[in-house]
Amino acid sequence: MKVLLIGNPNVGKSVIFSRLTGVQVVASNYPGSTVGFKKGFFKLNGQRAKIIDVPGTYSLNPINEAEEVAVKMLNQGDVIVCVIDATRLERSLPLTLQLLEQKKPMIVVLNIWDETQHKGIYIDVEKLAQMLGVPVVTTSAVSGEGILDLVQLISRASSSNVTPVCESLRWQRIGEIISQVQIVTHRHHTILEKLQDFSIHPFGGMLIALSVISLSFFIIRTIGESLIGFVFEPLFEHLYKPFLILGSNYLGGGMLHEILIGKLINGDIDFVQSFGVFSTGLFVPIGMVFPYVFSFYFILGILEDIGYLPRLAILLDVFMHRIGLHGYAIIPTILSIGCNVPGILATRTLESHRERFIACTLISIGVPCASLNAMIFGLVGARGPRYVLIVYGVLAVVWLCLGLILNTTLKGFAPELFTEIPPYRKPVLSAVLKKLWMRMKSFFKEAIPIVFLGVLIINIVYTIGIFHYVSSFLRPVVTGLMGMPEKSVIALIIGFLRKDVAVGMLVPLNLTTKQLVVGCVVLAMSFPCIATFTVMLRELGWKDMIKSSTIMVCASVMVGSILNFLW
Amino acid sequence: MQQEVSLADLQKGRTGMVSTINGGAQFRLKLEGLSIRPGTKITKVSSLFSKGPVVLSTGVTEVAIGYTMALKIMVNDFTDGK
Repeated sequence: MKVLLIGNPNVGKSVIFSRLTGVQVVASNYPGSTVGFKKGFFKLNGQRAKIIDVPGTYSLNPINEAEEVAVKMLNQGDVIVCVIDATRLERSLPLTLQLLEQKKPMIVVLNIWDETQHKGIYIDVEKLAQMLGVPVVTTSAVSGEGILDLVQLISRASSSNVTPVCESLRWQRIGEIISQVQIVTHRHHTILEKLQDFSIHPFGGMLIALSVISLSFFIIRTIGESLIGFVFEPLFEHLYKPFLILGSNYLGGGMLHEILIGKLINGDIDFVQSFGVFSTGLFVPIGMVFPYVFSFYFILGILEDIGYLPRLAILLDVFMHRIGLHGYAIIPTILSIGCNVPGILATRTLESHRERFIACTLISIGVPCASLNAMIFGLVGARGPRYVLIVYGVLAVVWLCLGLILNTTLKGFAPELFTEIPPYRKPVLSAVLKKLWMRMKSFFKEAIPIVFLGVLIINIVYTIGIFHYVSSFLRPVVTGLMGMPEKSVIALIIGFLRKDVAVGMLVPLNLTTKQLVVGCVVLAMSFPCIATFTVMLRELGWKDMIKSSTIMVCASVMVGSILNFLW
Repeated sequence: MQQEVSLADLQKGRTGMVSTINGGAQFRLKLEGLSIRPGTKITKVSSLFSKGPVVLSTGVTEVAIGYTMALKIMVNDFTDGK
């Protein structure tokens, strides 16, 4: 049996899904956090049943790609579980009635039930079930309340006797239902609601936005640096290194030593410079990158669950229109600071292909991911904070200029913002930690093997000596125009695998500060890493991917050369 | 006195009843998905300068829409006239 979880955006379908299946999914407090469907299984009367978490949609007439996915799924289900935000019953009924008219076995779930009491909303559940003609159950998925009842009710799903009607009759029906089942008592605004209004106020909102962004940055950096300085560096230096030295002594030298342990720097293993699979190959992802990935996603998770991001989208809307996007595009952009892959996927919430092309191109050129950021902070930061500022300043200018250029040269226009704003919610710590845990797991699963592979390839390439053929081909550009040493060519190529390893490769080259800054900027801009590339290709298609890549390569060479000649 | 104005011109903090929605079927569908249609009571929560998005509340939910979209939603302002 196939069960579909369908409903408006941001009603908690993903939380219910994860409660039912045990499959963990990233859920957040804003519309459109699920953009593709997810499958899972759960026990129903002792039998395995398939359940699909469908992206949220407002109606059966889709307006963006995420909604199209939802409508396409509809025909494949045996039972529909229609999830409603109980605090927003009115808004949910248009879709609910459209679903009832499909005549499939269905149940209705009134989720976020715990909030109705705080909000002074009373809903007569039995009456609602009677009027809709299908079973209705109440749940609070975040705390798990009502989930068992939901499962039991699925087997009692029935198709409604509601007949398909024309638009105006449907609205009349909605009006009748609301007036008969719902009573809303008047109450005063809570502090959260006042804060809600204030954060979209033209001046107050900007103030809040600036505070939120700088505070987040400060906390992310403090957590990241503390983890590196007090936990990971001591661990690697005092606990792990003795074992590595044992291994190094055992191997003595030779090719295997070179690959596994790497070069000895002044007779010692240097975790950044040695570049062996088990020295740098482990230290870069775990000791340098992970602390920042962890602290970034921790703070992002809290901001997501509070429901702040859509407010930022509203405040930045006017500005984003200048670069051919609307405000909501800031959400994929912020997600990309963690990793470009989920960022690119999140562009599915944007309406037009033009907008998605611009957003994806700008993200992969101007928004470095957490791995790259950690390396920039670690290595460029060691030369002085102002050089870090230069790197990000240049990337910001490139992002902006390119956006302006793309907006004027591409046919079409930026569609207008149209989004529902979720209420502020107090983040639930267990939910925030669960989400963090999932994101960390996928970081380790995806990052470490590729870093290992990258370091391995580099060592093999050096040992065999094919390096010269490749670098002589790219030398005119890299050394001639960008003023980088010939050896950095291989780092730029490795950037295609993973950016953190690539930046790490610049360290043993003893670059000047200028070369390091140019190197980081070019690496950030030049080409997406293989994971991002694959996703972009799938989302944009070959033609646009070639266009986008050409822009990236040209822009990075241009900016690299300009930096080199101006500095 | 009732007065018909567009949502873009409605003063911040005032409530009105949607009278007509000018614009394409797609736009109307989007609004209807959120239960906003002629007859719906809406309050303008805020608007941002230089023709930035307008935020409206239906009492059930808050929605942010672009300025030109707000121009297409006509409302009868009845905050003081009732």
